[in-house]
Amino acid sequence: MSDTHKAIEAVWKIESTRLIAGIARVTRDIGIAEELAQDALVAALERWPEEGIPEKPAAWLMTAAKRRAIDSLRRGRMLEQRHGEIARELEFQQQRLGEAMDQALDQVIDDDVLRLIFTACHPVLAVEGRVALTLRVACGLTTAEIARSFLVPEKTLGQRIFRAKKTLAEAHVPFETPRGDDLRRRVESVLSVVYLVFNEGYTATSGEEWMRATLCVEAVRLGRRLAKLLPDESEVHGLLALMELQASRAAARRGPTGEAVLLSEQDRSFWDHAQIQRGMAALARAQDLGGGAHTYALQAAIAACHAQAKAAAETDWKQIVLLYDALLQISPSPIVALNRAVAVGMAQGPGAGLHALDALAAEPALTNYHLLPSVRADLLTKLGRFAEAREELRRALAMTENRREQDLLTAKLNQTPLND
Amino acid sequence: MMNKMMWMRFMMVVIRTGFETAAADAAHGAEAVARMMEYNKSLQKAGELLGLDELFPPSTGARVSNADGTATVTDRPFAEAKEAIGGCWIIQVRSREEALEWARRAPMDNNEIIEVRQIYERADFSIVVQKAAEGFEDHSNAAAAKA
Repeated sequence: MSDTHKAIEAVWKIESTRLIAGIARVTRDIGIAEELAQDALVAALERWPEEGIPEKPAAWLMTAAKRRAIDSLRRGRMLEQRHGEIARELEFQQQRLGEAMDQALDQVIDDDVLRLIFTACHPVLAVEGRVALTLRVACGLTTAEIARSFLVPEKTLGQRIFRAKKTLAEAHVPFETPRGDDLRRRVESVLSVVYLVFNEGYTATSGEEWMRATLCVEAVRLGRRLAKLLPDESEVHGLLALMELQASRAAARRGPTGEAVLLSEQDRSFWDHAQIQRGMAALARAQDLGGGAHTYALQAAIAACHAQAKAAAETDWKQIVLLYDALLQISPSPIVALNRAVAVGMAQGPGAGLHALDALAAEPALTNYHLLPSVRADLLTKLGRFAEAREELRRALAMTENRREQDLLTAKLNQTPLND
Repeated sequence: MMNKMMWMRFMMVVIRTGFETAAADAAHGAEAVARMMEYNKSLQKAGELLGLDELFPPSTGARVSNADGTATVTDRPFAEAKEAIGGCWIIQVRSREEALEWARRAPMDNNEIIEVRQIYERADFSIVVQKAAEGFEDHSNAAAAKA
């Protein structure tokens, strides 16, 4: 890639969201807006290498997209072959388009970007469509980049985005910021998309999965943007805190060969302390806004307990148990209950942990979940009941197909004494 | 080679000529401050700003040099210095070009330049350096135990 091409790509990555959002305000269709923005990019790729990069590249792209938007509006109107009223409507739309492009009022663009994100995460879309469209229009990723991150063929991903755009158009989803009760529900939808993207990156395991791992940063960046756009929504700050705090451990989570390193074993000097600070600040903001008891904020508070412990042994497990209790109250889940049992084992001893775990034995969702016997094995080992522990480890081994998990379990099995 | 899209951190360092001799309480005009606030806000809204700091004029600082283990403190002014660091941003972007694009947009005066430098990530260090870094805490702990 030439230097000019790289520079164009950089401008695109920075500007594409604002560009698409500005055009969508007029076209009221983010699919069309995205195509027009792409056309402007193609024009830049054709002309900038020869003419040089313009003084204000963002404004250049806006103008090019505006010209194309007007052309397409005109063409659309011609096809419909109406008169009078349509001419006035066209004029009005051109005027609005002019405002969108020329004024570039900060607040106006912010609102457009927010509408764009709300629309891309609209509940009318399947979750995978929301994710793909959001990465495309709100993060400026190419179809190829998104496809590589999600380990799916580019063609599949392209169809996914195409379908999503079509669904939005057919459902006549308005390009607007939801209000009132609707706002809460729609914010939730946006946040769940962001957190899904984050987790997709967070669970990437091997070096070859670098592309997936970058999804973490995409998600955190999107979280930071949302925190600026929706400064009064506590859950936005709660999720941002959770992601910053989890991501702060990224460098310590993998060993030299890419193997998972458990939280208790991690070298805490590799944690990103500046990122922890940002996470703590976001958590404080969520709590100040009265959202301390919401799902993301509670999970962030648990992550904060870990982040603040200088060594694993200094972890405030009692506080963590309390936070899990609160989390179970508002969103009961067997996985959360399992994590709580681990925390109980640390706070009150392995016997208490085992007791908490027994209550989960009949949980259907955990029947084939390898972490249940794996956690039991840990607690039994601590109690010196090695034979039972080995039995649980074997059960866990039979339940997972993940190589790294298997390696971890086999290592544990080898370390557990044969007899009690 | 595949065009890797990786996230990286850059420090954009502002280097100011004439700053060396600026008064200790030298300050920017209101308009310059407003333009800078606007720029910082745009970085923040892009979700790419990790941190920023502005430095007091160099006349309030000092230099510590080291010769064979002996540290010497030199107060201002330094005859040879014509320019000085004024402050910096730390940003997280996807490419060197993105960092350069942000630097181009910064509202700078004629006497100011921005040096764009990438920040080392853990993965960038050689294994040897990583090992040394891992031992760092032990050394400092040992030193603390002796003290």
